[in-house]
Amino acid sequence: MHVAYPAVLAALLFSVGVYGVLARRNAICVLMSVELMLNAVNLNLVAFDVWLGDPLHAGQALALFVITIAAAEIGLGLAIVLLVFRTRGTIAVDQLRELGEQDAPDPATRS
Amino acid sequence: MTPGAGLTWLLPLLPAVAAVLVVLVGGAARRGPRGRLPAALLAVAGTAAATVVAVAVALDVLAEPATQREAAVAFAPTGGPDIVLGTLVDGLASTVAVMVCVVALLVQVYSISYLKGTPRYPSYAAAVSLFTAAMLLVVVSADLLVLYVGWEVMGLCSYLLVGHHWEQSAARAGAVKAFLVTRLGDVAFLFGIFVLGEAAGSFRITAVIEAVPRLDPGTVTIAALLLLGGVAGKSAQFPLHVWLPDAMAGPTPVSALIHAATMVAAGVYVVARLYPVFLAAPIALAVLGALAAVTMLGAALAALAQDDLKRVLAWSTVSQLAYMTAGLAVGGYTAAVAHLLSHAAFKALLFLGAGALIHVVGSNLMSDMGGLRRALPTAFVTTTIGLAALVGLPPTAGFFTKEAVLGAAEHAALGEAAVTAWVGWAVLLSALATVAVTAAYATRVWLRTFFGSPVSAPGHGTPVLMAVPLLVLAVPALLFGFTGLSADLLPTWIGTGASGAGDASSPEALLPAVVTAVLSMLLAAAGGYAAYRVWRDGQGADPATALGRFRRPFQEAFGLDAAYDRAVVRPLRALSLVARRTDDDVVDAAVVGSGRAARALGGALRRTQAGNAQGYLTGVLAGVVALAVAVVMLS
Repeated sequence: MHVAYPAVLAALLFSVGVYGVLARRNAICVLMSVELMLNAVNLNLVAFDVWLGDPLHAGQALALFVITIAAAEIGLGLAIVLLVFRTRGTIAVDQLRELGEQDAPDPATRS
Repeated sequence: MTPGAGLTWLLPLLPAVAAVLVVLVGGAARRGPRGRLPAALLAVAGTAAATVVAVAVALDVLAEPATQREAAVAFAPTGGPDIVLGTLVDGLASTVAVMVCVVALLVQVYSISYLKGTPRYPSYAAAVSLFTAAMLLVVVSADLLVLYVGWEVMGLCSYLLVGHHWEQSAARAGAVKAFLVTRLGDVAFLFGIFVLGEAAGSFRITAVIEAVPRLDPGTVTIAALLLLGGVAGKSAQFPLHVWLPDAMAGPTPVSALIHAATMVAAGVYVVARLYPVFLAAPIALAVLGALAAVTMLGAALAALAQDDLKRVLAWSTVSQLAYMTAGLAVGGYTAAVAHLLSHAAFKALLFLGAGALIHVVGSNLMSDMGGLRRALPTAFVTTTIGLAALVGLPPTAGFFTKEAVLGAAEHAALGEAAVTAWVGWAVLLSALATVAVTAAYATRVWLRTFFGSPVSAPGHGTPVLMAVPLLVLAVPALLFGFTGLSADLLPTWIGTGASGAGDASSPEALLPAVVTAVLSMLLAAAGGYAAYRVWRDGQGADPATALGRFRRPFQEAFGLDAAYDRAVVRPLRALSLVARRTDDDVVDAAVVGSGRAARALGGALRRTQAGNAQGYLTGVLAGVVALAVAVVMLS
C-alpha cells in the first residue's frame, strides 16, 4: 500500500480535528477533536514507521506513548469540563471569558 | 579663652533648649487645661537663666572691655574658608546680650498675663524663646556664617510670631510680608558675607576685620553694600521697611520683642560689629546715611497720621532705627549703639504699655481710647516716661543718646568725621526735622490715649505680671542715659568700634552738644505744642486732622506699599500665573498625554485579549500557517 493513502487520511483527520477545536462551542466536542488530531498523528507515526522500515520501530513505540498520554489528557479534560458544568451550568467554550482583559479606568485622569 | 568666654555658648543654648522643652511640655499639656503653667515656667526659666549668664559674662568682660574674647568650640573644615563654631565676646556683644536677655525675659513674663486664655500659648512661648536664642546667637557668634544662621532663624521666628493669630487674614499677610521682605535683604546679606569671607580667606569675624586694611577697596565696598541690603531688611530701613508696620498684626508683646530687642536691633548690631568694614567703605556709609535720612523723616511723618496705636509705634521704631543707622553712617558708633540700647528699653516699654491699653480697651485704634490715665495709672506713668524718651526729653535715656547721634551728625557735617559732609548735613537736618515730628506724634499719642473724655469704661486695671515689666523697663528708659556721661562707663563698655582687639583710641563721653541740644529741644517743644494746640482748640480733636490733605499720603506711607504692589507684587503674580499655566497646560499635558497615548496604543492590543480560548488558538494556527508558508517560500 502506498504511503500516500494513510498520509492523506491522517491529514484529513487532523483537519477535522483542527476545525472542531477552533469552531465547536461544546467543550466535549473540542476534546473529541483534540483526540482526532492526536490519532491523526498516531496514524502518521505508524504509517511512516512501516514505510521507512525502521528496525527499532520507534514510530510504533511513540504511538503507544501518545495513546497513553491521550488517555490521561482526556481524563483530565473531562474532569475539568465536568467541574465547569457544575459551577457554571454551561460548557460552551466561547462563554468562558473571565480571564480576558477587562477595561480598567484610566489612571492618568486626575480627580 | 577665659572662663567668661567659655560660658557664652550657654547664651543661645539655654533659650533654645527651653523652646524645645516648652514645645514638648505644651504638646503634652494640650490634653489638659493645666499645662500652661509648666510651659510658662519653662519659658521664663530658660530666658532668666540666659539673663544670669549674660550678666555674668558682661561683668567678666566689662572688667576689660577692650579685649575681645574668642572661644572657638570646633572647626568645621570645608576646604574653603574656615568656618568656626565659636563665640566672640567684647564689650559691645556682652552689653547687647544683657539688653536682649532682659527685654526677652520681661516680654516672657508679660506674655503670661497678656496671652491668658488664648490657645497655642506653648507654641508662642517656644517661638519667643527661639527668637531670643537666635538673636543671642547673632550677638555672640564668632563667625559670619554662624551669625547668618541666627539671622535666618530670627526671620523664621518673626514669621511664626507675627502670624500667631493665623485665623486673621491680616496676620497671615503680615507674616508672609515680613518673611519675604526681610528675605529679600537676606539674600544680599548672604552674598555680602560670601564676598567678605572669600576675600579675607576666613569667615571668622576677627580674621575678617584684621584683613580689611589689606583688601581691595572695591571688594570691601561691594561687601559693605551687600551687607547693607540685609541690614535694611532686618532693621526696616527704606526701601525695605514696609514689612514692619504690617508686622503689628502679631501679639503686642511680640511687637515689643521684635521692635526693641531682637529682629530690628540685629541689623544695627551687625553694622556695629563689622564697623571697620564699613569704615573702609565710605560709599556704603554714605548710602547708609542717605537711606537713614530718608527713613527717619518719612517714617515719623507716617507715624503722625496713623490711628492704630501699634502702627504709630511701629513707624516710630522705623524712624528711631534710622537714627541708629544714621549715627553709624556719620561715624557716631558709640552714639548709635547707645541709642540702640536706650531705644530697646523705651520702645519695649512703649509697646508693653500699649499692650496694657489694648488689653483693657480691646482695640488697637486710638479713636477707641481716651481718658485712660485714671483707669491705668501704671501704664500712664510708664508710657509717659517712654514717650518722653522717644521724643528725647531730658533727663530720659532717649535725650542723651539722641543728642549724641545729633552731635555726631554735626561733627560729620562740619567735616570732622570720616564721611563726606553732605551726608552729615542730610542726616543732621533730617534728624532735627524728625525731632519736631516725633514730638508731635508722641504728644498726639499721649493726649489721645490718656486724656480727653473716657470712651469706654475699662473693666480692669493692669495685672501684676504686666505691670512689673513696665516698671522694670521704666528704670533704664529713665536713667540709662546717665551711664553715657562718663567716658569710663557705657562708652568704654561698647568700645569705639574702630578696630578689633587692642583698640588704642579712647572712647568719648556722650555729652550733649549745646547747639544741637538747644535746637532739638526747641523743635521738640514746637512739635509737641502744635499737636497740643490742635487737640485743645478742637476739644480733644485728633491732631492729625491738622494735616489736611497731607494726611492720606502720610497714612499710606507715601504710597510705597501701593507702588511695590504695582511694581513687584502684580508682575510676580502674573508671572506665577503664567508659570502655573505652563505647568498645567504644557508640562503636565505632555506627561498626561504620553500616558494616554500609551494606553490608547495598548488598548488596540488589549482588544485581542478577549478571553476566548478558541480565538487565541485560531491566532496561533494562523501564525503557524504563515510561518510555514514563509519558510516554504523563502527557502
